[in-house]
Amino acid sequence: MEEIASLLGGFSVVLTPFNIGLMLVGILLGVIIGVLPGLGGANGVAILLPLTFTLAQQPGGTTSAIILLSCIYWGALFGGAITSILFNIPGEPWSVATTFDGHPMAKQGRADEALTAAFTSSFVGALVAVVVITFLAPVVARFALKFGPAELFAVQFLTFASFIGMGRGSPFKTLASMSLGFALAAVGLDSVTGQLRMTYGFTDLLKGFQFLVAVIGLFGIGEILLSMESGLAFSGAKAKLRLNAVLTTWAKLPRYWITSIRSCVIGCWMGITPGGATPASFMSYGLAKRMSKQGNTFGKGNIEGVVAPETAAHAAGTSALLPMITLGIPGSPTAAVLLGGLLIWGLKPGPLLFVEQKDFVWGLIASMYLGNVAGLVIVLTCVPLFAAILRIPFSIIAPTIMVICAIGAYTVNNAMFDVWLVVLFGVVGYVFNKLSYPLPPLVLALVLGDMAESSFRQAMLSSQGSLGIFWSNWLVGGIMGLGVILLFWPLIKRVLALVRRRAPAGAPS
Amino acid sequence: MSDGEGPGGPPLISVRTMDIVVALLMIAAAAVVIGDSLRLGMGWQENEGPRAGYFPFYVGVILAVSSAVNLVRAVLDRNGAGKTFTTKPALLQVLAVLIPLAIYVGAVAVIGIYVASIAYMALFMWHFGKYPLWRGFLVGFAVSAVFFLMFEIWFLVPLPKGPLDEPLVPVVSAFMKSIGL
Repeated sequence: MEEIASLLGGFSVVLTPFNIGLMLVGILLGVIIGVLPGLGGANGVAILLPLTFTLAQQPGGTTSAIILLSCIYWGALFGGAITSILFNIPGEPWSVATTFDGHPMAKQGRADEALTAAFTSSFVGALVAVVVITFLAPVVARFALKFGPAELFAVQFLTFASFIGMGRGSPFKTLASMSLGFALAAVGLDSVTGQLRMTYGFTDLLKGFQFLVAVIGLFGIGEILLSMESGLAFSGAKAKLRLNAVLTTWAKLPRYWITSIRSCVIGCWMGITPGGATPASFMSYGLAKRMSKQGNTFGKGNIEGVVAPETAAHAAGTSALLPMITLGIPGSPTAAVLLGGLLIWGLKPGPLLFVEQKDFVWGLIASMYLGNVAGLVIVLTCVPLFAAILRIPFSIIAPTIMVICAIGAYTVNNAMFDVWLVVLFGVVGYVFNKLSYPLPPLVLALVLGDMAESSFRQAMLSSQGSLGIFWSNWLVGGIMGLGVILLFWPLIKRVLALVRRRAPAGAPS
Repeated sequence: MSDGEGPGGPPLISVRTMDIVVALLMIAAAAVVIGDSLRLGMGWQENEGPRAGYFPFYVGVILAVSSAVNLVRAVLDRNGAGKTFTTKPALLQVLAVLIPLAIYVGAVAVIGIYVASIAYMALFMWHFGKYPLWRGFLVGFAVSAVFFLMFEIWFLVPLPKGPLDEPLVPVVSAFMKSIGL
């Protein structure tokens, strides 16, 4: 069991007072980010990423930096549940499904039960996903070491195709949003030829569009604009966590083991393929409702309706890091931001990380175990504190978040131009949200654009310009084939539905 | 959340109109991308592989085609015409946030981030929350002090300071040292 030895090595890296301190700070910041409207996993991590620039330059600093950032992410995952249950306001898109049963429970005075169930199932989901990562990631990485540029591009193609195949909205809006991201990524200095692209003489555009700036604007400012428009009114339920409620809920939870396992599987699957935490939580809730014996009490405060989405959301959110560290392809916008962090610190995400940066990779994986344990303890003990944050009026929270976004944007490159861009991206985020243009494809395209382009160009160079290289062996051809199927899935689905509708009509009556 | 109904009032802009506007803007963006790609060359370069404009050219084409489909769909869509994108009071509310935000960012560039943030927070709280100005200034000062501590002292990341911030910085850092932060 080579993995276990490596993992123990990872624990020894993480278990220093400094790293544990960062872990706790990260989780606290993360929960606060998750609780505050307008700040979420992706833009919260984006804003705090510049904090790690100095840290990452010290020896072993990149491990400390990723521990801080990934713990912010776990904290944000936990935090989303608090607002959903107590205030019926999902702090994060993936906790929307938690409001369906969590808030009714809170209204019945069972807030402590709902919160305990949510936190515990989040913990279980995350833990299962980390175990999957521990044993699957080295295998995937070893396999991916054989990848050339063509295979890498094929995997990237598959990632983007799956957004279209598995997206809920209009495939053409997804496609438009995605290609806008690619176009923005191309702006600036072309790394291969050294030519300037699409700068049209503006020196501010030389460095191109920073995806961190885009994330802060799209998700942060955009969200605040949406909230200000609809006028937020908090109507909170009381949050007191009694110790015996925690224990009695824990005694109840094992009853829902089937739901738990099912949700873990859905979550891990949706996290590794870039389906993401949000659809995973909805799918898991829907399945639990259909399969549960008490399906009709869903939506009225059934604890199983809290367990299902929370387990899946956390499993997905955590396993989204698997493709990020093994292939350099993030499974969610927040994983994309973490990936951007790796690039800024000078690490090259991908299978080589497991060979060249063992301490980093296994330190990260070990911190996932510890971070989730620490997270569970912190959220269970500090709920009243976090609920108090939500009682701060929105007219104080909103300008604070605006200031945070401005600071976050400035510190990315020490450029005022980026602060203006954040405002612009905020408007784009607001409009896209209202017209249901999906934002994650845009962000992922912006992060992966340069990488996808360079693997494409390298592949083409080695084949002397023939697209046949993407079908030259079973591996690359298989991945591309899967990608093409996913790309046309909305169309295939329609044709299948048409055929099925025709069939009964054609049958003898 | 995504289709949040604004405060009441007659619809000002329909979803359909906005869909058409956005699709047209995207097509314009695609034209910008394709235009520059053609300047860079989108063909094959000996020993270098695809030219710099190759990849962006096709991205631009995909953007143009998908936006064109969105445009046609929006034009044909009778449903979207009935759905409200925004009402007049909702638009005014958004502008009431957006315009001061732009002024704030402009102010950061001129006078530095700390004083600008304090003023922005105070005025925001005064306008939207009906707080007295002194409380707004107090909260703004406290929030800025926390950021000062986190960025400049703990994580050594400098923020933009202007003529009004400079005299404040030594005072604040001396105070923080004296209370042991």
